[in-house]
Amino acid sequence: MGTYRYLLGKLGQLFLTLLLILSLAFLLFRVWQPGDPVLTWARAQNAHYSPEQLEQVRHEWGLDIPLPEQYVQFMKDSLTFNFGTSTVINPQEQVSTLFSRGMGKSLILILTSTMASIAVGVVLGIWGGWRRQGKLDNSAMGVSMILYSMPEFVLGMILILIFAGVVHWFPSGRYESAVTLTGFDRYVDIARHMALPWLTLMLAFVGEFYLVMRSSLLDVLGEEYISLARAKGIREKYVLRRHAVPNALLPTITLVALSFGFILSGVITVELVFSYPGVGKLSYDALRFRDFNVLTGTFVISVVAVLIANFIADLTYGYLDPRVRRA
Amino acid sequence: MKTEPAVQTPEAVGAPPVKKLTPKQLKRERRKRALGRFWKQFRHNKAGMAGLSILVFFAVVAIYSIFADKGALDPTIATGGPRLAGPSFHYPLGTQNDGISVLALVIEGSRVSLFVGLGAALISMFLGTVIGMWAGYKSNVTDAVLMRLTDVFLVLPWLALAIVLAAMFGRNFWIIILIIGLTSWAGTARLVRAQVLSVKERTYIERSRALGAADRHVVLKHIMPNLMPVIFANTILTIAIAILSESQLSFLGLGDPKSKSWGAVIEEAFREGALTLHAWWWLMAPSICIVLVVLAFTMVGFAMDEIINPRIRER
Repeated sequence: MGTYRYLLGKLGQLFLTLLLILSLAFLLFRVWQPGDPVLTWARAQNAHYSPEQLEQVRHEWGLDIPLPEQYVQFMKDSLTFNFGTSTVINPQEQVSTLFSRGMGKSLILILTSTMASIAVGVVLGIWGGWRRQGKLDNSAMGVSMILYSMPEFVLGMILILIFAGVVHWFPSGRYESAVTLTGFDRYVDIARHMALPWLTLMLAFVGEFYLVMRSSLLDVLGEEYISLARAKGIREKYVLRRHAVPNALLPTITLVALSFGFILSGVITVELVFSYPGVGKLSYDALRFRDFNVLTGTFVISVVAVLIANFIADLTYGYLDPRVRRA
Repeated sequence: MKTEPAVQTPEAVGAPPVKKLTPKQLKRERRKRALGRFWKQFRHNKAGMAGLSILVFFAVVAIYSIFADKGALDPTIATGGPRLAGPSFHYPLGTQNDGISVLALVIEGSRVSLFVGLGAALISMFLGTVIGMWAGYKSNVTDAVLMRLTDVFLVLPWLALAIVLAAMFGRNFWIIILIIGLTSWAGTARLVRAQVLSVKERTYIERSRALGAADRHVVLKHIMPNLMPVIFANTILTIAIAILSESQLSFLGLGDPKSKSWGAVIEEAFREGALTLHAWWWLMAPSICIVLVVLAFTMVGFAMDEIINPRIRER
């Protein structure tokens, strides 16, 4: 029973947070917005519109109805991912279509690289925390600090300068080559294009996960139950594997979920550096041309993504720590 | 400021220097000694001292940039130099495509980057401290509401929000500071709240309240000083994140066009095709500055954490 209550509680919390953030977004995007979005759009089009035409656009965008109704409409649209048509980038096309085109490319990049950096960071972090101030820990600590201090786009450009500029191992950008390839060759081509952005995102967050896992393990190693385990004569290997690591993983899960917002931010700049045609690049284009419908889409989709990541973290937490479920 | 009641100091009566201090002097003396102890420990922390020296260096550069000759940055004046030349004796960090010295750009950028980082971190620290203390000190309802709000800001994908805000409000220096400050206080608020919860149950707080102290007095005179070291260390770490955030915003073309930070220099280099032109100095000089400064702030912050937090120190 406790498990279901825990699940339902977390789902309710997720929904509440989503509603709160969307309301905040409505306040910012619609109520508080300085300047008239329709006029901005008209200016960006570089064409002359008569007041009647502008009024027509305003009506199409649903900006001529009272604010409370706009609020209901905004919430409904956001929850169904209906952001209207793109205004500047690709006029007349649905924003959701634009997003779905880039979503797959971005998802595969984000998910695989994040998984890899979590795995590498956590494993190295366990090792480093266990053999504190050993050779591996000291060098991993230095590298982690530098990676942590480096903006993702700087890392990406360094990799381009080395791997695409000096040794020509990988192409410096885009999703695939201009020549049409089919079957296996095409996948190899795509993988080669994805290599550098993937490596950038992986390295960019591995340092953070290393630092988090290491300090979490160090916290746990100071606990009394570790001394007890040792006093019982359990071999060090098992003290680490059975007693220390599972408990040290718990705070790490929360921190990984919280850093997901930063990962999404990193993806936008990395996709820009590598002109990778995912949702990050789309968001950048929307920003450059002030396409507010697409920007709203970016915001809502990233909020949903972060909330889902947090929800998954909560589930994992509940699975690993029975105390949370019962509480 | 109220004046202290006149106390006869040892000097006044010509007595031997027996320390007889007013409570305020006593407090100041104690703080001074605590600070001295802190500095003594900090001095032995290699990483912390290395970070501090890097910061002093960049602070000097930033101050110098205020008085530096602005003509070196003006493409109409500075175009005498070679275009896109690599590092040389005259141009230690090379030149960019208008013949402007990259060194001059980097010096100018130091002031903007550091100022934005400091400003945003101060806003974030202020919001985080006030909200965290309020939530921790007040009971259930206020605490629950404020923590809900904090959770929202904690998961908010900050860049997505910052992009929309910056696109709406325009590319302005102060707006950037405000945006970063407003989106980064949640972690501090949580930390401060946890600290307040542990401090407020201590007996000296109870004693103070029994003596008739109001909430304001308890919070400002008894809880706040206790939290100051933690808040300070956290602020140092926040500055590092704020500088990184600023560089990201600038790289997306949202920086103030009139005062170019390091991120804005990288953005311009990237936009002008420095990657394909292999003008690595143009890209790497500002990049290395960002990494160095962020690294330095992080190292100093970690060192302070280590000294303040006895749990870490024992390890």
